[in-house]
Amino acid sequence: MDAMLDRRSILKAGGALTVAFAVGLRPRDAAAWTEKPVATDEVAAFLSIDARGGVTVHVGKVDLGTGVRTGFMQIAAEELDVPMARISVVEGDTALTPDQGPTYGSLSIQNGGVQLRAACATARRELIRLAAERLGAEPAALRVEEGMVIGPGGRVGYAELVGGRALALKVDANAPIKPPEARRIVGRAVPRVDIPDKVFGRFRYVYDVRREGMLHGRTVFPPALGATVEAVDEASVQGIPGVVKVVREGSYVGVVAETEWAAIKAARALRVRWSAWAGLPDQARLWEHVRATPVAQVQVTSERGNPAEVIRGAARQLAASYDWPIHSHASMGPSCAVAEFQGDRLTVWTASQATHNLRKQLGLMLGMPIERIRCIYLEGSGCYGRNGHEDAAADAALLARAVGRPVRLQWMRQDEHAWDPKGPPHLVDLRAGLDAQGNVVGWESEAFIPKGAGGNVDLLAAELAGLPRENQIHPGNIIHNLAVPYAFPAVKTTCHRLETTPFRPSWIRTPGRMQNTYANEAFIDECAAAAGADPIAYRLRHLPADETRGREVLERVARLANWQTRPSPQPDRSGEILRGRGVSYCKYELVRTYVAGIAEVEVNRRTGVIRVTRFWCAHDCGQMINPDGVKAQVEGNIVHTLSRTFKEELTFSRSAVTSVDWSTYQVITMPEVPEIVVELIDRPTERPWGAGEPAAAIVPSAVSNAIFDATGVRLRSVPFTPARMRAAIQGA
Amino acid sequence: MSETIETTVNGRAVTLRAEDPEMPLLYALRGELGLTGLHFGCGLAQCGACTVQIDGEAVRSCQFPAVQARGRKLVTLEGLGTPERPHPVQTAFIEMQAVQCGYCLPGMIMTSAALLARNPQPTEAQIREELAGVICRCGTQPRVIAAVLRAARG
Ligand code: FES
Ligand code: FES
Repeated sequence: MDAMLDRRSILKAGGALTVAFAVGLRPRDAAAWTEKPVATDEVAAFLSIDARGGVTVHVGKVDLGTGVRTGFMQIAAEELDVPMARISVVEGDTALTPDQGPTYGSLSIQNGGVQLRAACATARRELIRLAAERLGAEPAALRVEEGMVIGPGGRVGYAELVGGRALALKVDANAPIKPPEARRIVGRAVPRVDIPDKVFGRFRYVYDVRREGMLHGRTVFPPALGATVEAVDEASVQGIPGVVKVVREGSYVGVVAETEWAAIKAARALRVRWSAWAGLPDQARLWEHVRATPVAQVQVTSERGNPAEVIRGAARQLAASYDWPIHSHASMGPSCAVAEFQGDRLTVWTASQATHNLRKQLGLMLGMPIERIRCIYLEGSGCYGRNGHEDAAADAALLARAVGRPVRLQWMRQDEHAWDPKGPPHLVDLRAGLDAQGNVVGWESEAFIPKGAGGNVDLLAAELAGLPRENQIHPGNIIHNLAVPYAFPAVKTTCHRLETTPFRPSWIRTPGRMQNTYANEAFIDECAAAAGADPIAYRLRHLPADETRGREVLERVARLANWQTRPSPQPDRSGEILRGRGVSYCKYELVRTYVAGIAEVEVNRRTGVIRVTRFWCAHDCGQMINPDGVKAQVEGNIVHTLSRTFKEELTFSRSAVTSVDWSTYQVITMPEVPEIVVELIDRPTERPWGAGEPAAAIVPSAVSNAIFDATGVRLRSVPFTPARMRAAIQGA
Repeated sequence: MSETIETTVNGRAVTLRAEDPEMPLLYALRGELGLTGLHFGCGLAQCGACTVQIDGEAVRSCQFPAVQARGRKLVTLEGLGTPERPHPVQTAFIEMQAVQCGYCLPGMIMTSAALLARNPQPTEAQIREELAGVICRCGTQPRVIAAVLRAARG
């Protein structure tokens, strides 16, 4: 048995006998952590200092390939004055890390990092206090260098002050943090700590976990979304060497084998009789289906004046509808997890963005108290929201329970594309009224989107197996940014929250905020064109007077792109290749990160092929912990969202998803990636905001506006395919 | 029927086991040898995450039968270079911070290294074309292009 498994202890907690244990891939985890606090108001939940002065940072927010781990290390190194090299990070381990909420919503630094910073600042103040006692000096006379507190009469290291003992104090959110001029690590483009290992093939992902006696599992998915199992012919896989077991629970079917290849062969060969099912809407009439779906709740997200009346009486009226298709996360690596039972305890290694929540969901599904479940985060391939990782964890747990041995389970490519929860269809109707000068005087919008918010997306295996689950839909916080950042005199924005949506929904990067910003920023461009106004000048004249940071990103991106002030469309539309540019602006959720972008496109009038040649972005997320990390996120947002805007669309029959690989669900390719120019505005005295999502919000509208500028034709249905472009040009 | 395959991986003579003639090389390298520097992305030769070099050529190990590796020279990301002796492409990826999750790296790095061996001074367009079939979902492409150009310029 793995030596790391033997460190376990039984402790009494709240009168109940609870078993805690330390299991890990690295020896570091094997220390006796059983009584480590994880409450978010405890300094020791975030930090520990060992006898050699090494600092371990414990964070509930996880690095999804974004580099945020390095950012956390910078924050801790800065506030504690210890070198980066002496810091290690434990992420998303339910036994060791505080529950800081799921890693979503561009909140890792904004919330998670700020919590960590407060814990470090509290710890530093305490360490200096202890050192002052020890050295008989005033705290103010002391300074810290590389984990050593130095005073006029001597020096004492952190290790000597607390090494190995828990820092038993509450986090003080007001503990003084380093002022900008004293910062040496935060605000710098520190190289990411994970990159060398990744580049040399030494990084340990969740896919790479190996346990003693581990078997391999595959789930056998139904051929239709709602099909149920009628019969399983176990004999159909008997001839495959290495097959250990066929597992069936309700309509969950899986196979377990000694090797991965044997498991794959068995999953392919297993004969299962499924019921027929054809309950999906006709994809060709998806938007009719959406409009006809019963409404669970009507949410007015902003209201001022009486826009309906104002629009009726306005000099000009405009109306348009924008739609956004169903998307798959389409992560590079099919979802994977390793589950292991030891007695009545379960450990799951997972790339879940929400290990603390996953633990609760597994407890519900398996009927186990959560104290007996430990979820340990390890990186998977890039995750841009709730993809299939949690589902894979549930599959692995069911299989491990059935065979009594550790099981590594991974989905196949077609499973990932077909069965990950989907970004739901998003439809927005807009109406505006302009006065004689072309100003917007009334604005009304109505979004048709599923009900629900963030939360726990049900585990697929629980659904298939008929095991307990919450049975709620959670598409993410998709209502934000339907309210506009402009000071229109009369506004009403309404979300019709639909009872159902065709596929199990979840959030994908910038959920709702991107689709709403796409509709708003394209529609305001329609207003600007109707007014004969330059699109940037038009936005500036509608921004609230005190919105200086918003103005600044727009003005900066205009300079960056050498924007020529004129109305759209551009006048010369006679050639075969038409060129244009479009702008977009977003104040994220109307309360944080400001971003403005300009897309430059070339449209081939004959073929309908659209090429984005350059994309400029100005970005203000307040204080930046690591500017190169922010820049990488902005670039990633732009490329990822261009892929979604031009290429991605889930296709389906009445029974099942039909876009099940990279040829049927196409994504952006290297030759299609434009040149990207990013200007970051650093505000070291402001609070830090998120950067993982906001830049995505501006991409589709900037592109739609650029296409209109080039061609005089407006595309309002994503993806912007050559066929749609050709049809629009011919229809114009 | 399972058979054994003598081959060379990262300069070492090794014996692999193919469970049957169809078994892809990927499972022998990841499973038996624990070479996790190559990843399973699609199993369909569509994404590049499983790329290794065989006799200097970038090959997608998810669609390459293990039995055909007999007597060949295989190199994986682990063997292309090491922190002590990095391949220039690996150095450039680190310098340009051309990594987000890194799942696409076997495709990006092994394919680029094979390109540079064939064509030491590719144009940006040639690099983009060569990597057209390597998918990256994190949007790291601009940095990948910059890194390969940097490796080429030395
Ligand atoms: S895993 Fe081999 S190309 Fe995708
Ligand atoms: S860096 Fe994540 S797929 Fe390329």
